[in-house]
Amino acid sequence: MSYLVRGYLEEDELPPKPSKERLEKRAVAYIECPQEIPCSPCIESCDYGAIKMENINAPPEVDYEKCNGCMKCIRICPGLAIFMLRLKNGKGYVTLAYEFLPWPKKGQEVILLNRKGEEVGKGKVTWVLPPEKNDKTSLVRVEMDPDLIFDVRAIRIVGKGE
Amino acid sequence: MRLEEHPIVEFKRGKEVTIYFNGKPVKAYEGETVASALYAAGIRTFSRSFRFHRPRGFFCAIGKCSSCLMEVDGIPNIRVCKVYVRDGMQVKTQNSFPNADGDLLGVLDSIIDRFYPHGSHYKKFNRPRILREFVTKQVRGFAGTGSPPKKVFEGNASYEEIVTDLAVIGGGPAGMSAAIFAARAGAKVVLMDENPFLGGQLVKQTHRFFGSGRHRAGTRGIRIAQILADEIKELKNVDVRYETKVFGIYDGVVGAVEKDKKLLKIIPKKIVVATGAYERTLIFENNDLPGVYGAGGVQTLMNVFGIKPGNVGLIVGSGNVGLILTYQLMQAGVKVAAIVEAMPRIGGYFVHAAKVRRLGVPIYTSYTIQRAIGKKKVEAAEIVKLDEKWSPVKGTEKRIDCDFICIAIGLSPTHELLYQAGCEMRFIPELGGLVPLRNKYGETTVEGVYVAGDVAGIEEATAAMMEGRIAGIDAAIKIGYGGDEAIKVREEVVRDLKEFREGPFGARIVAGLKKVSIEELQEAEA
Ligand SMILES: Cc1cc2nc3c(=O)[nH]c(=O)nc-3n(C[C@H](O)[C@H](O)[C@H](O)COP(=O)(O)OP(=O)(O)OC[C@H]3O[C@@H](n4cnc5c(N)ncnc54)[C@H](O)[C@@H]3O)c2cc1C
Ligand code: SF4
Ligand code: SF4
Ligand code: FES
Repeated sequence: MSYLVRGYLEEDELPPKPSKERLEKRAVAYIECPQEIPCSPCIESCDYGAIKMENINAPPEVDYEKCNGCMKCIRICPGLAIFMLRLKNGKGYVTLAYEFLPWPKKGQEVILLNRKGEEVGKGKVTWVLPPEKNDKTSLVRVEMDPDLIFDVRAIRIVGKGE
Repeated sequence: MRLEEHPIVEFKRGKEVTIYFNGKPVKAYEGETVASALYAAGIRTFSRSFRFHRPRGFFCAIGKCSSCLMEVDGIPNIRVCKVYVRDGMQVKTQNSFPNADGDLLGVLDSIIDRFYPHGSHYKKFNRPRILREFVTKQVRGFAGTGSPPKKVFEGNASYEEIVTDLAVIGGGPAGMSAAIFAARAGAKVVLMDENPFLGGQLVKQTHRFFGSGRHRAGTRGIRIAQILADEIKELKNVDVRYETKVFGIYDGVVGAVEKDKKLLKIIPKKIVVATGAYERTLIFENNDLPGVYGAGGVQTLMNVFGIKPGNVGLIVGSGNVGLILTYQLMQAGVKVAAIVEAMPRIGGYFVHAAKVRRLGVPIYTSYTIQRAIGKKKVEAAEIVKLDEKWSPVKGTEKRIDCDFICIAIGLSPTHELLYQAGCEMRFIPELGGLVPLRNKYGETTVEGVYVAGDVAGIEEATAAMMEGRIAGIDAAIKIGYGGDEAIKVREEVVRDLKEFREGPFGARIVAGLKKVSIEELQEAEA
């Protein structure tokens, strides 16, 4: 379990990736929560039976065919470990939970960070769930190079919003 | 240093007042403790140590470490982290000349130490008696036990006797749950906490909690505190006593002081002790320098009072507390230089680590802090790599610039009342320290005295709430309330708790609990 030495997942430790076709159909929940911890709000929140978890300590597994991208799980996950991924018209989209000031705004340019906090490119905010709608956890969708959706896991805000 | 905005918390400050610190006016807001108001004003040295007159800052911010003793309105040895500001309040540092910040006595002490090294006050000047009495008086004068007030206390003191079914000591998640579940079964409850609010540790947990939805996972700690407090308000048979410190349990009678003025004698049929835990410290050079704080102390300052602890922090310990604190510091706009962890791997949940790692905070595993650097307050820290035998590796020292250091290496149960009540105790490392033997419903070896929450073993809030529920219902059942329905609920919670602990994080707790379970111990004997 070397991710516990580093604090981030390496490529070979990532959960199975949804197919390109699936990603092009609809957004899908991608959960990076590999460790056995007593936690289960994600599965309890999913109305589509898309998350599998043998008991409260087992790590969650998503059935990408059942997931309809409703985002209920990402709104509640205390580990901020769920990311919504999507490919559309040659662009990649990652939706992540965000709890810092200033709150991101639609249209803003952001720096894209990978799991280690390194800059990997630039992106644009295309949608925001306002923090007051979700007990101060904002959801932010960022448009980026489609090859980056399995890398980008955080953002730093630079530009102004619309 | 006061936070004006925060992504999660809205700080509602009271009326502006003025307190006087060594004669100088300091701006404060009603609802703030003296310690936090002084901190916000940039004051870092709160006291001087008994020996050597070393500068000391606050450490725990919850009244457990005594690092913040000052004279308040003429009364010495007051923990200013537990006293709330009042307009015109006079606060003075003690054990120092002319004040704690520029203490000249520090010089004197280091000279004395050269001739009479540490411990010599036990061996020297013992005879004749006259000499001993004389020297003791002088030493005490230096040692800083403060100057006693010149007059007898003039305020009005009163006394109240309360007869009730259940006395609950501590208003954290465990105590509140015990009170709620006992009261729902029909019992009359007195719930006491030394703070002016309920919630215990939860009031500083701004993050969403783990666990199962049934136990409010996914909800922020601060909200859980509010939900439980609201439930208690609904229950007419719970009498909440705020700012009430319990000082002893005497043959089933509880002694407490309410708001510093009223002595309470509570005569209950059963007692639940849910006093929580306090922070541990770590041994390294200069670990008493102002700027070395307990993780919970920093959380209190930042999340309860809205005061920034500094600009750049170093976190020692990568358990959940250290990881969450790092995230919370960043939310308050404070930079975290690094997290150091002595173990070869991160101690807390991976997801918590990933949250801060992807924001660029380095986590040094197999590293420890070697010393804090700075004269009167922290300016940097030196960290060093550890080999497999936990010895520092020469040449791997690294200097980390920071203006505060958070010790997040764990908690120890606040066990004193249980010990004093006569409960049989064991030292169990897996549970964080000295804890009482108890049966599966939390009843200790002293009949009618229950234990629940962190004081029963360091775990977390979900488990604390479940233990509280179990203890509360069982006490009510034994008094004669609730009937079959209550028994059903009790058994359900016992089952939930068992499932909750079935993973690898629970394994350690389960191993610890085995050693203090009255049932298991009896079985082993038979
Ligand atoms: C940074 C951090 C993050 C955490 N994250 C989580 C999490 O994600 N999920 C989770 O489940 N748990 C979490 N926890 C743990 C959780 O907060 C504690 O386990 C829980 O609060 C313990 O509850 P308790 O009721 O036993 O004690 P406490 O909450 O400590 O309450 C004890 C109360 O008793 C009072 N008291 C003590 N002595 C006396 C006395 N003599 N007289 C009167 N009153 C007294 C105290 O003032 C206090 O209010 C976290 C803790 C920390 C520090
Ligand atoms: S996005 Fe909706 S459907 Fe998909 S896993 Fe999450 S909760 Fe279930
Ligand atoms: S809610 Fe989040 S942290 Fe908890 S198990 Fe699900 S994915 Fe992991
Ligand atoms: S007792 Fe006040 S800071 Fe610890």
